Amino acid sequence: MTDLTKLTIADARAGLANRTFSAAELTEAHISAIEGARALNAFVTETPEKAREMAAASDARIASGNAGRLEGIPLAVKDLFCTDGIKTTASSKILSNFVPSYESTVTANLWHDGAVLLGKVSCDEFAMGGSNEASAFGPVINPWQRLKADGSIDPTPLVPGGSSGGSSAAVAAHLCLGAAGTDTGGSIRQPAAFTGTVGIKPTYGRCSRWGVVAYASSLDQAGPIARTVRDAAILLTSFASVDAKDTTSVDMPVPDYEASVGKSVKGLTIGIPREYRLEGLSPEIAKLWDDGIAWLKDAGANVREITLPHTPYALPAYYIIATAEASSNLARYDGIRYGLRKRGEDIVDTYEQSRAAGFGPEVRRRIMLGTYVLSAGYYDAYYLKAQKVRTLIARDFADAFASGVDAVLAPATPSPAFGIGEISGADPVEMYLQDVFTVTVNLAGLPGMVVPGGKSSTGLPLGLQLIGRPFGEEALFQLGQVIEDAAGTMSARKWW
Amino acid sequence: MNAPLPLDRRAAKPSQRIKSATGDWEMVIGLEVHAQVNSNSKLFSGASTHFGNAPNSNVSLVDAAMPGMLPVINVECVKQAIRTGLGLKAQINRRSVFDRKNYFYPDLPQGYQISQYKSPIVGEGEILIDMPDETITIGIERLHLEQDAGKSIHDLSPSFSYVDLNRSGVALMEIVSRPDLRSADEAKAYVSKLRTILRYLGTCDGDMEKGNLRADVNVSVRRPGAPFGTRCEIKNVNSIRFIGQAIEYEARRQIGILEDGGEIIQETRLFDHGKGETRSMRSKEEAHDYRYFPDPDLLPLEFSAEFVEELKSHLPELPDEKKARFIEQYGVTPYDAMVLTLERESADFFEAVARGRDAKIAANWVINELFGRLNKEGLEVTASPMSADQLGGIVDLIKDGTISGKLAKDLFEIVWAEGGNPREIVEARGMKQVTDTGAIEAACDAVIAANPDKVEQVKVKPTMLGWFVGQVMKQTGGKASPPAVNEILKAKLGIE
Repeated sequence: MTDLTKLTIADARAGLANRTFSAAELTEAHISAIEGARALNAFVTETPEKAREMAAASDARIASGNAGRLEGIPLAVKDLFCTDGIKTTASSKILSNFVPSYESTVTANLWHDGAVLLGKVSCDEFAMGGSNEASAFGPVINPWQRLKADGSIDPTPLVPGGSSGGSSAAVAAHLCLGAAGTDTGGSIRQPAAFTGTVGIKPTYGRCSRWGVVAYASSLDQAGPIARTVRDAAILLTSFASVDAKDTTSVDMPVPDYEASVGKSVKGLTIGIPREYRLEGLSPEIAKLWDDGIAWLKDAGANVREITLPHTPYALPAYYIIATAEASSNLARYDGIRYGLRKRGEDIVDTYEQSRAAGFGPEVRRRIMLGTYVLSAGYYDAYYLKAQKVRTLIARDFADAFASGVDAVLAPATPSPAFGIGEISGADPVEMYLQDVFTVTVNLAGLPGMVVPGGKSSTGLPLGLQLIGRPFGEEALFQLGQVIEDAAGTMSARKWW
Repeated sequence: MNAPLPLDRRAAKPSQRIKSATGDWEMVIGLEVHAQVNSNSKLFSGASTHFGNAPNSNVSLVDAAMPGMLPVINVECVKQAIRTGLGLKAQINRRSVFDRKNYFYPDLPQGYQISQYKSPIVGEGEILIDMPDETITIGIERLHLEQDAGKSIHDLSPSFSYVDLNRSGVALMEIVSRPDLRSADEAKAYVSKLRTILRYLGTCDGDMEKGNLRADVNVSVRRPGAPFGTRCEIKNVNSIRFIGQAIEYEARRQIGILEDGGEIIQETRLFDHGKGETRSMRSKEEAHDYRYFPDPDLLPLEFSAEFVEELKSHLPELPDEKKARFIEQYGVTPYDAMVLTLERESADFFEAVARGRDAKIAANWVINELFGRLNKEGLEVTASPMSADQLGGIVDLIKDGTISGKLAKDLFEIVWAEGGNPREIVEARGMKQVTDTGAIEAACDAVIAANPDKVEQVKVKPTMLGWFVGQVMKQTGGKASPPAVNEILKAKLGIE
């Protein structure tokens, strides 16, 4: 039998339907792969027993002709999604023993469609970070390794990106067929770029946020990471739904996104934002971008330069809005009703000790930042101004779309994956600069997808980013497939 | 938008001034009333609002601020706030915004209260208040919706505090008056009138004992004609009587300080009703920085003009309109109309009694006999043992001369205690007024014959006639018509 972990979701779906293999076999192959990949530290909680139960139930449904859209497909879930009866930590000490009594809407959708849960994967604590180094349970290791100039392997452990680094690493290392992530400022797209996988952050409101541990409510959005554009489309169709429990979710019919994969892009207009051509943009990123432009042109798309003039203000605006919301969203972790409690002298001391012991340095930094920008006397200068910038950034995109642009093509990240400790040890702003190409999309609430587009001189994957109109995910899948066809899918050499 | 009203628009009347050796002072008072919205479920969750359930039994995942939970606005609470705004003749804002007010406290699970800060649902309005010698208009600045907190219980254990979240998330309307009040009596009358309006509308039960209506009282003092002084806020006063006491105490405290050459420090104070004094809680410097910002989990609250119109068309008749109608329709005095309309149920009772009858007799009996008796027994009008039909029957018997006022009071007692049809009781017990002059003349003759000395006295002192009337009434068992007795005695005794 072929290695079942090498399959795409589309292949696995066909194999299950044809009874080439069972859901139990498919799941077992992945459980073994997970057991063999603990060196990557991708999982916070493995749920093999749960997975076997779910796979058996899938086999029964397949046998009775009641297979769901994702029947028997084994997935990993970022440990930010609350899962009923299964520990959900947000990769934080403060929630290290938290077991929800409820299931997030997105994961409930997945199980409803027949998917199998392999376990909960790591992330930066409370989704705050761009490298997965800020997890209370240690960094996740990227399955990719650098090549030295002489072509030999550089064993320096690399980050898988973040915050959905457990998701990207698990998908890239073939520990699951796909994974659920969340993206607040690039947390699906940057890890996808770093691991040679496909990740999509859908339009704000496309997926319910109910049951997802909140980082920054106005920016957070769930989405899938997979190994192909088609697989990402299959997954997103199940992720998306309107939800009465999340009034920011949007009541729009969910299309079958897979139907867009392979559709011609002839006549679509692609905007190339001038402002993204940053000073000092690395030549290999510039080349990647040019390759992408050429592929889309070759496929019949019209390409033209556009301007998104407020782009330079996006990063500071993002870090003000996100941290402001986070400082308030994380107030509930106070050691009183659930989670870590350090008993202090009095209530204030209990708060201070519990939160000091429970939150890692990056979370504390962002709570402090957010508290500061909302403080009396600073609100107008920071938070209010950032909101204005946000409006202008959204308008930049709206103007571009109004002028006939169907999607925007840009790089996903300024560099390929870096080594553990290489940036996290330095000024935190260095890490924040990782998000320079991705945060605008969250600020504007737009869909953004990252597809592998090439490799760096060191042999690491590089990602191209497609940004769509609100609820324009279908165009992204069309265009993404063109890039995937041209660049090919990529797989890390197994070393673990 | 109307231009904002001037803040300082009422001067205290000389009679309201506080006299002092150094000259007169006047009080300036503004109230923030917190009224619990009448609704079955909480402002942002489906949990029950039922009072008196076991601690922590009315608590949903949202109320306990579990990770990933999101608020969903309860439309019924929105309707109640709009109804209240309409009842206060206020501007209804068809777009309002929910903000987060951030602070840590164990009975505030989210770490923030969802409230409305810059954009409340209801703007400027007014309340008319009947004072003994005039009707005054008190401005309403705004009404906004917000969540109540839970309850901390500190006296159950020496080392722990307990928290009951039943109340956490229950909807409150904060109704803010302009600083238009100039005496404790005005403040008390304002709260009474506001309570009456809320109860008419059915938007708050006004139960101050349960804490469903409570007030923060802002008090300052000034010399007549001077600008506003520095104010102190007395938190959470929960009875109308205490509001009066707290204001009186606080004004005198402030005057004492000012007359000693001191300065008022803006601060939050508590009213200790045991000691009848206010005590400092925290100064302005110690005040929280609440870091208000728009709640990103909730979209701005928007509704159509039709939505408001629909609610308006089903609004009940309000106390001021009802009072005017009673004066007009039933010819009752303004004072009686005010008393009759204090509660919607009382007004309904009166109308049921007065319908098709002599309204003045009806008003007199409803106010003096029925309300007096209910009050004495501590009963609500809805729990009256005597129905409107029964009291109406008594009024009919008085009006048609069947019974005298004295007999009517006896009859009232019988109906109150035993029930029954008043006319049948009068028939069965022979309580009919004696109008047969023969019988009355005989009784008069008997009294005159038995009291020759008094007959002599009455000739010099005609006021003695009352004594004779009393004797005759006694002889006839109270059934004689007093005017007839009067007439006959005068003739027989030869006095004018």
